[in-house]
Amino acid sequence: MMINNETAFSLRDLQFRWAAEKPPVLQIPELDIARGERVFLYGPSGSGKTTLLNLLAGVIKPRQGQLQVLGQAFEQLSQRQRDKFRARHIGVIFQQFNLISYLNVLDNVLLSAHFAKTPAAQARQRAQQLLDALGLASLALDRPARLLSVGQQQRVAVARALVTQPEILIADEPTSALDSDSRTAFMDVLLSTAAQINCTIVFVSHDRSLQNFFSRSLDIRTLNRAAREESLC
Amino acid sequence: MLIKLARLSLWNRRVTASLTLVSLIISVALVVGIDHLRVQAKQSFSQTLSGTDLIVGARSGQLNLLLYSVFRMGNATNNMTWQSYQELSRHSAVAWTIPLSLGDSHRGYRVLGTTEAYFEHYRYGQQRSLTFAQGHFFTGVYETVLGAEVARKLDYQLGDELVLAHGSGAVNLHHHDDKPFRVVGILQATGTPVDRTVHISLAGMEAIHLDWQQGVPLPGRVSAEAALQQDLTPKSITAVLVGLKSRAATFTVQRQVNQYPQEPLLAILPGIALAELWQMLSLVENVLYVISLMVLLAVLIGMTTSLLASMNERQREMAILRAVGAGAGYLFLLLELEVLLLIITAVVGGVALLAGGLWIAQPWLAAHLGLFIDINPLQSQSIYLLGGIVVVAAVMGLIPAVAAYRRALSEGLAQRL
Repeated sequence: MMINNETAFSLRDLQFRWAAEKPPVLQIPELDIARGERVFLYGPSGSGKTTLLNLLAGVIKPRQGQLQVLGQAFEQLSQRQRDKFRARHIGVIFQQFNLISYLNVLDNVLLSAHFAKTPAAQARQRAQQLLDALGLASLALDRPARLLSVGQQQRVAVARALVTQPEILIADEPTSALDSDSRTAFMDVLLSTAAQINCTIVFVSHDRSLQNFFSRSLDIRTLNRAAREESLC
Repeated sequence: MLIKLARLSLWNRRVTASLTLVSLIISVALVVGIDHLRVQAKQSFSQTLSGTDLIVGARSGQLNLLLYSVFRMGNATNNMTWQSYQELSRHSAVAWTIPLSLGDSHRGYRVLGTTEAYFEHYRYGQQRSLTFAQGHFFTGVYETVLGAEVARKLDYQLGDELVLAHGSGAVNLHHHDDKPFRVVGILQATGTPVDRTVHISLAGMEAIHLDWQQGVPLPGRVSAEAALQQDLTPKSITAVLVGLKSRAATFTVQRQVNQYPQEPLLAILPGIALAELWQMLSLVENVLYVISLMVLLAVLIGMTTSLLASMNERQREMAILRAVGAGAGYLFLLLELEVLLLIITAVVGGVALLAGGLWIAQPWLAAHLGLFIDINPLQSQSIYLLGGIVVVAAVMGLIPAVAAYRRALSEGLAQRL
C-alpha cells in the first residue's frame, strides 16, 4: 500500500446510515486531518462521534462519499482489507475494558503485533520499551490483565495500540474512567509516546478541559450536517 | 495465537465450560459404549455356537430348532429316532456329531443329555472349547456336569446330589427323585447358554425315563440300581450338532438330511439361523442406539446454547479483537475452534472414561455374567462414529460462530455495556 500522502484522513461528502431506509447519522461535507496532527473531537453523546471513529478505523464503510486514510480510499476496500489496514496502521484505545482479561499484560500488548504481523522479537522489544516509557516497568509481564488497576489497564492499552508503530491513533474517551490526577499523567505519557513515532491522533471526549493537549479542536456538531438537521427539527 | 486465545478464553469460562465438557464426555462415553456393546453383543451372540456346520432335528422351523438346540428355549415338537442319528453319524462327510436330548429341568435350568463328544467338539466364540473349572466329564449314569451359572446360582459343589424334574418349568409336579445325580464337574463360564445347562449322559436321561410313559411315572417303578442292568441306549434324541470333514459338503449333507426318506428331518446352518435371529432382536439395540444419539444431540444443543449465551459477556473481547485488526472471519474461526477444542477433549475423555469403566467392569462381567467384553472400545468403524460426533458438533458450532461473525460486522467497535 502506498503511504506517502500528506494527509492522514481526507473526507469528502461522507455519509453514513445504518440501513438504507434510515436517516443518515453522519454527513460530513469535508474534513482533512494532516499527518502528525493531534485532533480533539468533542460533542455530546449521540452526535455521531463513535460512528465517525468506526468509519475512520475502517470497521464500517461509508454509504456515500470518499474517505481516504493515509492515501487509501477506504470506500473501495473490502472489509477484510480494511481490517488488515487497521491492524498495520491504526491503533485504537477504548474508554474502558481495553484488555482481554484472561491474557497477561505482555500477551495483550502482543495481540495487535500478531495481527499486524510484526516479527515476534521486534514486537517483544518494542512492548518492553513502551511499557517502560508508560511507567509500567515494575509491572510483571505475566500478570493477568484483570488484576490491573484501571489506570494501569489504560496504559497497557496505549502500549498495545502503539506497539505496531501505527501512523494513526484513535482514542475514544480513554480518560473517562480515570480520576483527574491520573488523567493528566495519562495524557502526558500518551502524547509523549505517540510523539516519538510521529503518530496522528484523533481523540474523542466530551471533557473539554483536555483540549489544551491538542493542536486542533473540532466540534462534531459543526462537522456533522446530519446531527445539525436533526437538532433543528 | 488463535489456538491460545480459544484455549485461554475457554479456561476463563472454565466453570461453564467444564460443565459442558463433563456432559459431553458422558454422552460421548454413552454413545460409544452402546455402539461397542452392540458390536460385542452381536459378536458374542453370533458366536454362541461355532465350529458346528449343521444342526439337525425333527422337522419344524429353522428358528424353533435353533432356539431349543442352542439357546435351550422352547420345546421340540418332535424327536428324531436313534436309528436316524446312527445313520447320520456314519455318513462319510460327517466328522463328528453331538447328540442332544432335552426335556427335563432342574430348578428352572434345562437338563441336556449328551455324550462325551459334547465336551470334545462343542465350540463357542473364537473356536473356544469347553473347559472344566472343577472336576471332570461324567462317566457314570447318575453323574452330572453343571454350567457355571447353575453351580453359582444354586451353590452346588462337587459331590452334591441333585434331583431332576420332568418337564421344563420352574415348578414341576413330577420329580425323578428316585434317581438323584451327583455333581462331578463344573464348567468355566462361557457367556453362552451352556452356563445355564445341567449336563447328563444320554444313558442317564434314558435311565430316569425307563418307568415313564406319556410323561407320567408308571406304577411299578424301576430302582436306580435295576435301571443300570437294562439297555440304556436311547430310542430317540432331540437334535444333533454336526461337524463335517469339509465345509464344502455342507449344502449336500443339508439337502440329504432334508430329503431323508425314513422320517421328516430338518438341517439348518447355525450361522445363518443365528444371523436371522439377531435381525429380530436388533430392534431393541437400535432403539438404544437412537436414544444415545438423542442424548448426544441434546448435549450438543446445550453446548451451543451456552456458547451463544456467553456471546454477550464476550462482547468486549470481540470488540478488542476487532480493534486490533481481527476480521469477522477470525472471530468465526475462534468460536469454531473453541467448539472443536471442547468436542475433541470430550471425545478423548469419553473414550478414556469408557475404556476405564470397561477395565474395571470386565473381570466382574466375565465372572458373573460370562460376558467377555473387549476393553478397547475403538473398532475400525468407531472412527466414523467419533468423526461424525466431531462433525455434528462443528456444524452446531456454526450457530455461535455465525452470530459472532454477524455481530462483528454490524456492531462496529461500540462497547455497549
